[in-house]
Amino acid sequence: MIISVASGKGGTGKTTVAVNLALSLNNVQFLDCDVEEPNAHIFLKPQIKKQNKAFIPVPEIDESKCNYCGKCAKVCVYNAIAVLPGQDGKKGSNLIFAHLCHGCGACSALCPQGAIKEVNREIGIVESGNCGKIEFVHGKLNIGEAMSPPVIRQVKEHINSNKTVIIDAPPGTSCPVVASVKGSDFCVLVTEPTPFGLNDLILAVEVLGKLKIPFGVVINRSDLGNNKTEGYCKQENILVLMRIPFKKEIAMAYSKGEPMVKVFPEYKKDFVTLYKRIIEKKR
Amino acid sequence: MKICVTSEGSSLDSNVDPRFGRCQYFIIVDTDTLEFESIGNPNIESMGGAGIQSAQLVASKKIKVVVTGNIGPNAFQTLQAAGIEVFTGASGTVKEAVNKYKKGEFKAVSNPTVGSKSGILGKNK
Repeated sequence: MIISVASGKGGTGKTTVAVNLALSLNNVQFLDCDVEEPNAHIFLKPQIKKQNKAFIPVPEIDESKCNYCGKCAKVCVYNAIAVLPGQDGKKGSNLIFAHLCHGCGACSALCPQGAIKEVNREIGIVESGNCGKIEFVHGKLNIGEAMSPPVIRQVKEHINSNKTVIIDAPPGTSCPVVASVKGSDFCVLVTEPTPFGLNDLILAVEVLGKLKIPFGVVINRSDLGNNKTEGYCKQENILVLMRIPFKKEIAMAYSKGEPMVKVFPEYKKDFVTLYKRIIEKKR
Repeated sequence: MKICVTSEGSSLDSNVDPRFGRCQYFIIVDTDTLEFESIGNPNIESMGGAGIQSAQLVASKKIKVVVTGNIGPNAFQTLQAAGIEVFTGASGTVKEAVNKYKKGEFKAVSNPTVGSKSGILGKNK
């Protein structure tokens, strides 16, 4: 069972929900796929045992085989290759703009001369270890890099299907989110009952609809804001899995980097209930 | 000799477009006869790499000189690889820019004059 925790809006409490859910269950693997700003390790304090470099495949052109037909530049939707055919008896040349490359592999697959091979460009790191019984994996994208999905996919290569896998996804609704939640059995959308939370929740719901991933909503700081989020969920027949009230004690535990179920074990049962509701909904 | 001037419109009386990669038109003009061809730029709406695409388009026209307002890093690198000289700082009409080029009033640049994505904000940004 793979459960991803996502949200449209940032700062709604994805990591809080993901971490506390992980700490409330047995036989768990935790993947932090928010590789631009991973922070679940602050709560979980894992012991990192393995570090692997994360790569994106980028093209390398063998100039001795290339006839400068320009097919690779034509098929690259990201304009990462320039081919300049030879002129006036001079040899042609190729330029590769690696920072624009998304690593799709179209150029190498479609080169009629077989002149392109893919080489790895390092863009981040994947670290794995454990915190108590929880298996822990997270990715870190290097500063200055724009393509996080390859790092996210390399984090997800560690998925252990014998465990309950909890994925902490990045905020938003674009490629990194899709790369993170794809293949999940269920997605928990964390929101807050504010106009901003609702606005972005609606966008995230649309994304999950397109991906055909079943989902439910957790409303964090549920007693603040307005009741429009509840109204929206009711109207759209979206299951509200859990409501986390705004409490000073929860905020204080968070402010010290402590998971709330560690400081207040009585909350554990609420996260177990959350899990049971997910299982029920899956049936 | 034929040169390429980036332009906001399709005639010699149009103003020079200060952007290269996302200019409205490329005007390929013969500096002696003022005969010209204008090419609408297909790369204006490109998500990224507009300069690279535009540079390849210009290179395919077998011209050796580009006159424009500013040039970004990827376009500059591509034009350089194609052996095309880049002259920046042009403004006014295309015809005026051609005359100034002929008088040697522009300097060929050896580095890009603006950063990546400069053209995406629109002109003069």
